Amino acid sequence: MEAALATLAAAMREGIAPDAKLVGIYSGGAWLAERLGEVLPGDHPVGYIDVSFYRDDYGKKGLRTHVETTTLPFEVGGNRIVLIDDVLFTGRSVRAAINELFDYGRPESIELAVLVDRGGRELPIEAKYVGASVSVPPERSIVLSRHLDGSLELSIEDDAGAVR
Amino acid sequence: MLKAVNPQLNADGALQHLLTLEGLPADVIGRILDTAVPFVSIAERDVKKVPLLRGKTVFNLFFENSTRTRTTFEIAAKRLSADVINLNIGVSSTTKGETLLDTIDNLVAMNADMFVVRHGESGAPHLIAQHLSASERSHIHVINAGDGRHAHPTQGLLDLFTIRHYKKDFHGLSVAIVGDVLHSRVARSLIHGLTTLGTPEVRAIGPQTLLPTAVESLGVRVYHDMREGLAGCDVVVMLRLQSERMKGSLLPSAGEYFKHYGLTAAKLALAKPDAIVMHPGPMNRGVEIDSAVADGEHSVILPQVTFGIAVRMAVMSILAGS
Repeated sequence: MEAALATLAAAMREGIAPDAKLVGIYSGGAWLAERLGEVLPGDHPVGYIDVSFYRDDYGKKGLRTHVETTTLPFEVGGNRIVLIDDVLFTGRSVRAAINELFDYGRPESIELAVLVDRGGRELPIEAKYVGASVSVPPERSIVLSRHLDGSLELSIEDDAGAVR
Repeated sequence: MLKAVNPQLNADGALQHLLTLEGLPADVIGRILDTAVPFVSIAERDVKKVPLLRGKTVFNLFFENSTRTRTTFEIAAKRLSADVINLNIGVSSTTKGETLLDTIDNLVAMNADMFVVRHGESGAPHLIAQHLSASERSHIHVINAGDGRHAHPTQGLLDLFTIRHYKKDFHGLSVAIVGDVLHSRVARSLIHGLTTLGTPEVRAIGPQTLLPTAVESLGVRVYHDMREGLAGCDVVVMLRLQSERMKGSLLPSAGEYFKHYGLTAAKLALAKPDAIVMHPGPMNRGVEIDSAVADGEHSVILPQVTFGIAVRMAVMSILAGS
């Protein structure tokens, strides 16, 4: 987990614009954005986005039980945005996040940074900055969780719960 | 059997229709209030719309007039990207003899996804919900926008949301509801919601003629003296005095009513220093509330309107996704 985060931070340090704004996708991406905001050099304001109102599975699954408030403490219009998520899989959350960002304004650019790329894309979306690429069976999910002390942990889970 | 008791919930306990706050579990109410929070900020964006109800058709069926409630439901549905049709039934088909359920069946044939119903008769939205369920059309949702003297659940929810917004928690609160509780579906819905969420003290203040005889059975303490009733309370909810109440023998005059039950700065001073003042609108200034109080620093009457849209968006998006 820390190795993947270090790899991701190093890639972003190289690539992102000095005035880039970080936007973490709730919940895992939000924790990562917070951490990255601290470790990246320069001043990169951090915002948070909850894509529940833009998800394409609402018609199938309904509204999520807990929806956070999207908080972007900067203008989206005209700014360079780096979207941050924990796991890139189908690409659907990223699609929803891009749609939501455009309802705040017309960004100058949007880049994507993810801690883990597990493949399995269903949309033409790729990350520019990646912490680690892993292969996981489709019925399992990679879950980022945050402990009470603020430390982050990656685990692989199936319906029965954590396997490792 | 459970379904007959609470037709608002489906077999999984999820909200299917919103008909009344009576008997609605605390976790269902809590989820609606929680979901409304992120909707408040949608109104502050460039694009005040989210795509949740895109392609859905919401019918506002108002058998009784109400500009504010109809408008806030219309705005809520539009901000969710639904198509909204407003039907003022009072001047439409029913005057030609069509029954309520025939009207519903015709609108269902036009592929309605949701009905928002305001009706002068208690139980009309209930009847529509049962009719839809009985005919296996339970994917169509019904929201009660006020029925007779029975219930006005979205107003109750927005009142709860407002109280929670300013007071954070219900557990230490004393809430006073002042005025015509007898005829008020707003008061009834709020009392049920407050009780379910664990508010320790709910007070009803008004003349004997305007308080229901068994109001204590709802868990409410009754006061006929407003000064006594307001003492030390955190929230003051003023009810609208409908002018038609003055015609019978219920009340002597508007002036007399204001003297005893109108909220003035002097009376409000008896409540806690940080008390909030609410009113469901439309207000009668100088009848139930003094202008200085209505526009004063304790008043949260206009935020109530803003929150009302977010709460209705929350209800619609939870229903349409179930």
